[in-house]
Amino acid sequence: MAKELWEGNAAIAEAAIRAGVEAFFGYPITPQTEILEHLSRRLPEEGRVFLQAESEVASINMVYGAACAGARVMTSSSSPGISLMQEGFSYIACSEVPAVIINVMRGGPGLGNVAPSQGDYFQAVKMAGHGDFHPIVLAPGNIQEAIDLTVLAFDLAEKYRTIAMVLADGSLGQMMEPAEMPPMRPVRKPEERAPWALTGAKGRKPNIITSLYLVEEELEKVNLRLQAKLREIAANEVRWKEYSTEDADLLLVAFGTVGRVCQTVVREARAKGLKAGLLRPITVWPFPSARIAELAARVRGILVVEMNAGQMVEDVRLAVEGRCPVRFYGRMGGIIPLPDEILPKLEELDTEIR
Amino acid sequence: MATEREIPPDMELVYKYPESLTPKFTHYCPGCTHGVIHRLIAEVIDELGIRERTVGVAPVGCAVLAYEYFNMDFCEAAHGRAPAMATGIKRVSPDKVVFTYQGDGDLAAIGTSEIIHTANRGELITTIFVNNAIYGMTGGQMAPTTLPGQVTTSSPRGRDVETAGWPMKMAELIGMLPGAAYVTRQAVLDVPGIRRTKKAIKLAFQVQLAGLGFSMVEILSTCNTNWGLSPVDALEWAKQNMVPYYPLGDTKVADEVRALM
Repeated sequence: MAKELWEGNAAIAEAAIRAGVEAFFGYPITPQTEILEHLSRRLPEEGRVFLQAESEVASINMVYGAACAGARVMTSSSSPGISLMQEGFSYIACSEVPAVIINVMRGGPGLGNVAPSQGDYFQAVKMAGHGDFHPIVLAPGNIQEAIDLTVLAFDLAEKYRTIAMVLADGSLGQMMEPAEMPPMRPVRKPEERAPWALTGAKGRKPNIITSLYLVEEELEKVNLRLQAKLREIAANEVRWKEYSTEDADLLLVAFGTVGRVCQTVVREARAKGLKAGLLRPITVWPFPSARIAELAARVRGILVVEMNAGQMVEDVRLAVEGRCPVRFYGRMGGIIPLPDEILPKLEELDTEIR
Repeated sequence: MATEREIPPDMELVYKYPESLTPKFTHYCPGCTHGVIHRLIAEVIDELGIRERTVGVAPVGCAVLAYEYFNMDFCEAAHGRAPAMATGIKRVSPDKVVFTYQGDGDLAAIGTSEIIHTANRGELITTIFVNNAIYGMTGGQMAPTTLPGQVTTSSPRGRDVETAGWPMKMAELIGMLPGAAYVTRQAVLDVPGIRRTKKAIKLAFQVQLAGLGFSMVEILSTCNTNWGLSPVDALEWAKQNMVPYYPLGDTKVADEVRALM
């Protein structure tokens, strides 16, 4: 299929259709509303389910229900809406049903604004709801990746029976660039739904989907199973990209939109004679800790750049374990750090550790 | 559970354990009316022959473990979200019969938004709403349905409507929504009431099967434990106090529903 000019939000929505999504439940919120709008037109065209819910709370619980029924299902929102969905995330994670969540982040806290931000890193990676769980979190850095990771999110959610979140930001949602759509996958037939799904207890024992385990030992057993699954995901699904790291002695670590900005920083730093490289996590949970630890052992210092007050930097420091200095530069309020502010920070780090 | 016994030729089977119930003992308090309501739903599902294509959604509240007692596919919703969850199930499985079983805290407090919008969309699900004017599971706190002056553990001087507002009349509220096809309030406080309640539950499921819209049966129930009364006194208290505030009868019968009555 040839490349076409796609807006990020529409691209994510169309990619979900290509991936065989059967139902979407969502609520409008800037800067992701085009996902809902695109699906409101396309899903009925394809004979699939679109429903605009009364709230994000209702949306995620509709997703929970449809997932229990065995359908391939998704919702999308932006930061404040994702906060409202956390209750549902926790129930879905404990019930072990698959669901895909798109989070096109905006500036916070509070109502914040509608400009691009990465302020939801903690919310996505570390505190997506009460209890012990992590969603799988995929962080695209361009529209092609947003498309590919949306498709991957469905596959991972179903493989591990858990939540997979695509963590984009307002600029990825709103900008346009050429990208290629994957081919249309056939939609799963109702009779092909998973054996655990609530499809009616015909000729079998009833299926029960619950997140309630009143006996302490039973709930601990469920938690141990969930933790084993998280370890399996961490062992198999870590993804990242590296740029000019072969001979780098200064490492940038950044994800999403600012990860893309840092590719320019690497080029400009190299032109000035600095041996800079970049590691851009694609999965922020599971986090590419092992690779960052390897690189930390041979670079002189690491600069983490984010569109927040410093969230992922905590995971970088945990991975680095003091092997080299780790510094942070970030902008908040919906501001994207630009190369000419990041490069001086890299030069400062270079001077500091020389 | 003795359903499989051979019936002698000179005898007739007049009463049996519903197939739609599991043989488990429930955790409900002695005297609680949840058991009666469970059985009525199970009898209706048996009579309609829909057990194998029914999916139930349990609430948070005393009936949180309802899935242990109904012999069919079931899931357990977050507090108040059962109608949203049922919507998700029904939309991707329109051939299934989907019902929620909810208490007054679940439906009339934390889940008011979900029930109103589900009803207003005319979602093809059935809601069984058990109103006993109190939070039972958490130990007897004031519910949105607690009567004026009623003493609970969180309204120790009685519900003061000046500060706590008035009890919610959900059957009336839901009944006025265009998407609701059949809404009624019944009571399981005596045998005639139990029979009428069963009839209403059956009609509510028939409304769903006929694709006519949302259906809800509010059922006035008791909580003898948290009311501090004997089971018999609790039934009488409900008749004396709840029925006058929550009048029994239909609050919405769409024209197409009349054909089923």
